[in-house]
Amino acid sequence: MKQKQFTQILGFNFLRMCMFIVIAALVVILYDITSKGIGKINWEFLTAMPRKGMTEGGIFPAIVGTVMVTVITAILSIPLGMGCAIYLNEYARDNKITRIIRMSIRNLSGVPSIVYGLFGVVIFVQLMHLGTSILSAGFTLGLMTLPWTITASEEALKNVPNSYREGALALGATKWQSIKTNVLPYSISGMLTGTILGLARAAGETAPILFTGAAFYLPFLPKSLSSQFMALPYHLYIMATQHHAIAKVRPIAYGTALVLITVVFLMNLFAVILRYNLRKHKME
Amino acid sequence: MQNTKVKADNFSFYYGDVKALKDISMEIKENQVTGIIGPSGCGKSTFLRSINRMNDVITGSRAEGKISIDNKNIYGPDIDVVEIRRKIGMVFQKSNPFPKSIFDNVAYGLKINGIKDKSYTAQKVEKSLKDAALWHEVKDRLGKNAFELSGGQQQRLCIARALAVEPKVILMDEPASALDPTATLKIEELIQELKKKYTIIIVTHNMQQAARISDHTAFFMLGELIEYDVTSKIFTNPSKKVTEDYITGRFG
Repeated sequence: MKQKQFTQILGFNFLRMCMFIVIAALVVILYDITSKGIGKINWEFLTAMPRKGMTEGGIFPAIVGTVMVTVITAILSIPLGMGCAIYLNEYARDNKITRIIRMSIRNLSGVPSIVYGLFGVVIFVQLMHLGTSILSAGFTLGLMTLPWTITASEEALKNVPNSYREGALALGATKWQSIKTNVLPYSISGMLTGTILGLARAAGETAPILFTGAAFYLPFLPKSLSSQFMALPYHLYIMATQHHAIAKVRPIAYGTALVLITVVFLMNLFAVILRYNLRKHKME
Repeated sequence: MQNTKVKADNFSFYYGDVKALKDISMEIKENQVTGIIGPSGCGKSTFLRSINRMNDVITGSRAEGKISIDNKNIYGPDIDVVEIRRKIGMVFQKSNPFPKSIFDNVAYGLKINGIKDKSYTAQKVEKSLKDAALWHEVKDRLGKNAFELSGGQQQRLCIARALAVEPKVILMDEPASALDPTATLKIEELIQELKKKYTIIIVTHNMQQAARISDHTAFFMLGELIEYDVTSKIFTNPSKKVTEDYITGRFG
């Protein structure tokens, strides 16, 4: 008996330790960035253009750039990803070809983001003549997030019981009617949540936008979707490693990191709230 | 003698290479309750789901032969499957109300069939709920979520939902197998009432139930129709030995 209990205690404590290590890493990162970045955050930092070779001023164009690129990413990724997931889960027959397609999609989510970046250069920047621009970068990020969007959306669709579909069909609904009225309303929150989490990740990516549109230093806002732009992750990368006066701009780097984390956090929070509201609405 | 409503002609059904139904031929009479009994995996549910072509959605399935409703082959080339399913209601083994209000559940079939008239819909919902013997229990809470109902009420809601689109035939796949005796009794009484207007085909595991409620009974085994006759004959004087063995509980 003693032996059994001892093993149990040992096991619990091991699992607890795993959790603490994970939490500790997160806390250390957040603490480090917040404590060193918070002093830099003020209205000017958030709303002014960078000045004097980015050693002074704010990061406004980077914030605007990141938001715009994320919107383009969403416009490409949400309809395409959800549509693809609906087709795969509801229409496509379960055979070898769809299994291969599904496996390929899963594998695509493991492709390093720099590969997507180079792909974006070839397809969007050069082949489609979009140049280094917000569009090219947004499309590249959109492609990168598709595997997540599709996989998350498919999982959400799988969670809808088959009896909803059959019940609708048995009443004379067409397949599309059963999907529209009896499947999508109960899966949309899961689909959107997964998608937004994917977008939040995309917003923090550097490699895919590096060659497709992000600019080193632009002290003005992008004029159109075919302009180059500054973005938070890339700005952070420059401030941390590429600037000629790294020590001097270190606080700006920390401030940028804090803003970036906050943007990603807000997007995740939005996903959670959206899911909560849609669930509540659906269960009324 | 009643008219024939549903007629199977050498009907076979395959799941991939497995022949789940073997050359079934039978005539089902109008305004009667026809019970289908048999051991698990005998093909009774497959047969039931063939009558409204619900098996179409299964990958790799294939049908041979004919099933006719009012002398029209529903496996013919110019058949609109959606239209067939509207005319043939189905009640599933596990009650499957949609996560909508009680009202919206019953109105669902009307909505998808393009009926927008609100007062007509309201009338139809009330009538269907009355016909399904559920109206008095839910009339004050039509806007409540259907999941708040008890199991037996949910199943009657599903029956009301099926009635609302005015089917000619109602298929029931072990509609009471998940219900307690009181709820089962209610469903059985309801079936007796419904057969005045509808043709009912019911699959059941429960032989007493088949004996109680059906006018004709079909005994299926291993994908074949072994015996089909008036219920009293099947249960008192079956002509095949294997039918007798099954109904006396020697296997199954």
